[in-house]
Amino acid sequence: MSQLFPMKQVLGFVFSLLLTTVALAVYFLDMSFAAGMTILLVTAFIQAGLQLVVFMHAGETKDKSAIYTNVFYGLIIALVTVFGTLLAMVWDM
Amino acid sequence: MDFFDRFAVPHPSLAIYASMAAIGLTIIAVIAGLTYFKKWGYLWREWLTTVDHKRIGIMYLLSALLMLFRGGVDAIMMRAQLAVPENTLLDAQHYNEIFTTHGIVMILFMAMPFIMFFMNFVVPLQIGARDVAFPRLNALSFWLFFMGAMLFNISFVVGGSPDAGWTSYFPLAGTEFSESVGNNYYMIAIQIAGIGTLMTGINFITTILKMRAPGMTLMKMPMFTWSALIANVIIVFAFPVLAVLLAMGTLDRQFGTNFFTMDNGGMDMLWANIFWVWGHPEVYILILPAFGIYSEVISTFARRNLYGYKSMVGSMVIISLLSFLVWAHHFFTMGQGAFTNSIFSITTMAIAVPTGVKIFNWLLTLRKGKIVFTTPMLYSMLFIPLFTLGGVTGVMLAMSAADYQYHNTMFLVAHFHNVIIPGVVYAMLAGLHYYWPKMFGFMLNEKIGKWTAWLLSIGFILAFMPMYVSGLDGQARRMYTYSEAAGFGLMNMISFVGAAIMAIGFVLIVYNIYYSTRYESRDISNDPWDARTLEWSTHTPVPEYNFAILPDVRSNEALWDAKKNGHVLFKGEYQKIHMPNNSGIPFIMSCIFFVWGFSFVFSLWIPVILTTIGIFVCMALRSFEQDHGRYISVKEIEETETNLRGA
Repeated sequence: MSQLFPMKQVLGFVFSLLLTTVALAVYFLDMSFAAGMTILLVTAFIQAGLQLVVFMHAGETKDKSAIYTNVFYGLIIALVTVFGTLLAMVWDM
Repeated sequence: MDFFDRFAVPHPSLAIYASMAAIGLTIIAVIAGLTYFKKWGYLWREWLTTVDHKRIGIMYLLSALLMLFRGGVDAIMMRAQLAVPENTLLDAQHYNEIFTTHGIVMILFMAMPFIMFFMNFVVPLQIGARDVAFPRLNALSFWLFFMGAMLFNISFVVGGSPDAGWTSYFPLAGTEFSESVGNNYYMIAIQIAGIGTLMTGINFITTILKMRAPGMTLMKMPMFTWSALIANVIIVFAFPVLAVLLAMGTLDRQFGTNFFTMDNGGMDMLWANIFWVWGHPEVYILILPAFGIYSEVISTFARRNLYGYKSMVGSMVIISLLSFLVWAHHFFTMGQGAFTNSIFSITTMAIAVPTGVKIFNWLLTLRKGKIVFTTPMLYSMLFIPLFTLGGVTGVMLAMSAADYQYHNTMFLVAHFHNVIIPGVVYAMLAGLHYYWPKMFGFMLNEKIGKWTAWLLSIGFILAFMPMYVSGLDGQARRMYTYSEAAGFGLMNMISFVGAAIMAIGFVLIVYNIYYSTRYESRDISNDPWDARTLEWSTHTPVPEYNFAILPDVRSNEALWDAKKNGHVLFKGEYQKIHMPNNSGIPFIMSCIFFVWGFSFVFSLWIPVILTTIGIFVCMALRSFEQDHGRYISVKEIEETETNLRGA
């Protein structure tokens, strides 16, 4: 019976609901812009990772390493692009 | 008449009317010819609907050669205009349009399809596969690219060409300063071709990761396949940026948004920024497969295995990462501080290290090799010194403080032609000569080929070395004329002579194809160059299924093992082969895309809506289609193999 019950998925679902609630709280609670943004960014990245691993089965086939390499490569390039752009266009202008 | 006014060229001249007539006559001649020789059915069955990677490759090649001449004519007109001071051959507007289309055509519609041709034709053969992973997607990629290119090319006779440079910087490219539909063409045509390219990227990553022959681990792949893999990874990460950028540009131009405007919170510099986030990786998408071809050619004709295989792979991986870290060096002078410029200077110079590793690997491959000077080898040997020169001036440009002197001068123009022509174009020509016998069953003439290589190199040096000088003297790029007192006359005249010699070189390539088609021997082996990799182990012409039995691979030079070390490539019996069916949907869908693009350019919203529905109908048809491919029987394989063996 325990094999049939998708414990991982159910817990993942509960956790993702929790993350959504925390993110939603930013709108209702009165907090500074910086604090709100930090909460949103952190919950968003955890949420994305959760969806990828638990519900899109990223780590369950033998392509595991290729998929994770791809995700991390994409992440690095996205971060470099965003922060490089901020640096060149805003912070150091 | 108001409705039709928008299709008129905003500033017509005799040359444009002559081109209109020429295009019309060519279309009539093609239609008449196809009808007279009853080739419509052949064209539809064998080419328009094909999903065979080899045929799609050949169509990429034809498009690339066609666009090479389109872009080449642009180049000659520019050089002729600048040959003497205060020339009036072209007016400012025409000159703007010509340098814009020259850039886009050469990069996106010549160099890109040329590398797509090599990837399509060579990669499945080199990894011992029977086709790419998604053959029909491959056909769609090609036709989307083709329709994008054609849409772009009709711009100068219908509505006017884009005229804000191939970089199309805002605010110049915005509606405030460029009212004509030219820059709409830029946004839409490149968008359509770009979607095709992105799909190719996904297709080839899957092909290379999933469809290699038994025994071929990643580190046993031939170097060209490695370079194609890395280039496609860059495509998948870089082209979405372009798609988003062009969509934002379209919104700004046609829907009144303010991403790149000067007021209402827009930021014009953001266009330059995002453009180069795509644009810099793009140049590595072009150069890496070119490096792959040089690796194949040099190791074949030095009769040695490639020196430093692992460092070659490693340096390409590093280049692919660094290519995303340097984009701001394209606008050092835009106003960001010294700190930012220093960071991007250092990352830029760092790219010289892995590139240098590759150059030394080629030189060490040559060391103690038994070098055979064929035409492809000649191109490769001309590439090494000329490209290194371009690389060195690249490091000069990378120094941000010094860049204030070079920025937007002819020095920059000389630099990037100096890397792209010996780097990419020579590789394409070397590869063309190298793979021609595999495609068509005869060699290109060696004597004419070598003459061409030397003429192109002499022409290249004459055309571009003077630009370094005039650029340092202060000649700005994209200026349609200059005064006699500026003193640029002599240098530009030399450039023009060089460009004319290069033009002769390119005409010689066409003559070579004609001459060799008529006179060269058809009696060549499957492996006329005595090469080392799998593509030469199958028959010439390559049968539809590529390999009757999938090859067994032990090293990165499987064919060489078979020839010299007694390795058995093809083990086992024939089995029936599963192949994909041809389909007309990619072609039809791309034609609808063409109409969609054209309507979008002119803001004709009703046809846009109708064609959008048409595109979705095509996709839905594909989703509900039951097509499990077909099988080639063992008997058929045996017949084909016997015929091709000539027994």
